[in-house]
Amino acid sequence: MIIFNSVSKRFGSTFALDNINLEVKQGEFVFIVGPSGAGKSTLLRTLTREILPTSGKITVGGVDTTKIKTSDIPLFRRKVGVVFQDFKLLDDRTVFENVALTLEVQDKSDEEILKSVEHTLKLVEIWDKRNLFPRQLSGGEAQRTAIARAIVGKPDVVLADEPTGDLDPKTAWGVIQLLNEINSWGTTILMATHNQEIVNTLKRRVVIIKAGKITKDSKEGKYE
Amino acid sequence: MSRAVSFAKRNIRRTPFQALAASMVMFLTFLALMIFIILAAGSQTALRYFESKPQVIAFFKEGTTDTDVSAIENALQQETRVTNTKFVSKEDALQIYREKNKSDPALLELVTANILPASLEISTQTPQDLQGIAEILKKEPVVSDVIVPEDVVQTLTQVTGIIRVVGGATVGFLMIFATLVIVMIIGFKIRLKRNEIEIMRLLGASSSFIRSPFILEGIFYGVAGAILAWIISYGLLWYFTPFLQGYLGEVKLLPVNPLFMLALLGGSLFLACFVGGLGSIAAVRRYLKIQ
Repeated sequence: MIIFNSVSKRFGSTFALDNINLEVKQGEFVFIVGPSGAGKSTLLRTLTREILPTSGKITVGGVDTTKIKTSDIPLFRRKVGVVFQDFKLLDDRTVFENVALTLEVQDKSDEEILKSVEHTLKLVEIWDKRNLFPRQLSGGEAQRTAIARAIVGKPDVVLADEPTGDLDPKTAWGVIQLLNEINSWGTTILMATHNQEIVNTLKRRVVIIKAGKITKDSKEGKYE
Repeated sequence: MSRAVSFAKRNIRRTPFQALAASMVMFLTFLALMIFIILAAGSQTALRYFESKPQVIAFFKEGTTDTDVSAIENALQQETRVTNTKFVSKEDALQIYREKNKSDPALLELVTANILPASLEISTQTPQDLQGIAEILKKEPVVSDVIVPEDVVQTLTQVTGIIRVVGGATVGFLMIFATLVIVMIIGFKIRLKRNEIEIMRLLGASSSFIRSPFILEGIFYGVAGAILAWIISYGLLWYFTPFLQGYLGEVKLLPVNPLFMLALLGGSLFLACFVGGLGSIAAVRRYLKIQ
């Protein structure tokens, strides 16, 4: 599904990613862990083609993202859902409109948008909040909205960059359970975090990055 | 396209003051444009009117007989340059005077047929023929004065030229100014919405999807300004028509032909789309880098 082949990314003289080799299979749930500045976010951003690696090759669903044409990047990004630590919801749009945006940019019909958004909001259990604006939501509800926005287009992969970073432990667990459920439907999930409790409790594959290098990659791993 | 329109509408609603400022600048630009076009078209019509009616008017001395007038008319009709002659007797002149001043009884009381001289109006093929005919008439002993409207044509030609040059320069400057204002406002909005653009980009929006609402917004400002300017200029023209008609006399400029005003609206809308589109495309190219 996702293959990093000798991927390096250099900003000036600093290596943000240093010779990364990683393979993630369809339907896997992978934690990317490591201290701040280790390269977790850079790794995820190479997957959305926000950042081009300095060297190496990244393949997502058989597509070499380093060689993808600029005009094809939007189509590629529709296969990848993204969830951020700070939610990145649009303040002037309701929960429903924020989620609908994913399908609007894909030029789906109004009928299809209505149906898919309703279905997704019910899945993430915020259908009753659909007419509220982000400022009226709690942290957990905002992150559920962001997750709904990421999955409403039925992406193959969901990238979650510190999705629980701004949440209290109880709410964070709710979000993790939701991501776990999404993964159980077959969606590949890569989640960058440095929350040891979540990583160690969930017992999924753990890839540890330090100074841009993968130092450990273990199934049902631990993060200490 | 409908989605781009709804996104553009949302952009406009979210920043109403910028939208108003942009529309007002476009309104002033198009108001100036329309006023200059109406002035240029009006002076051109007046010029054509005078050019199409090249006339020399010869006024006769007191005591000129019908025989004298007929002799002069007969001689002029031999001239190929002359297309028509019309004798205006003292009584006819009084009638014309009365008609023109019917609203002012004081002026009517003061004038009798004896005060007004009889005259002969001579039309020529071209305005260039007027001077030659005037010279012939001046030699006639019964003619007291000869009026050649060549000066009117010359003055009107100059005025039309000035309107075109000054109007063209002013409108050109205002168009550039309006385009720059659109660039500035759309650029400002792009910066204001950089978060939204970033999110849309990550959700897989194409460049055209992100750009088209901004371009439509620029076009909207142009079109709104042009329509408002057209309504105001038509309204002003309609309001002042009775007043202006008194000055224009026989020159049939007013009321303005509605077809002319519709053509003006059509042309302005086209130009508004061009200026608004150009400004917003420039802003999008300058400030909206999508990867």
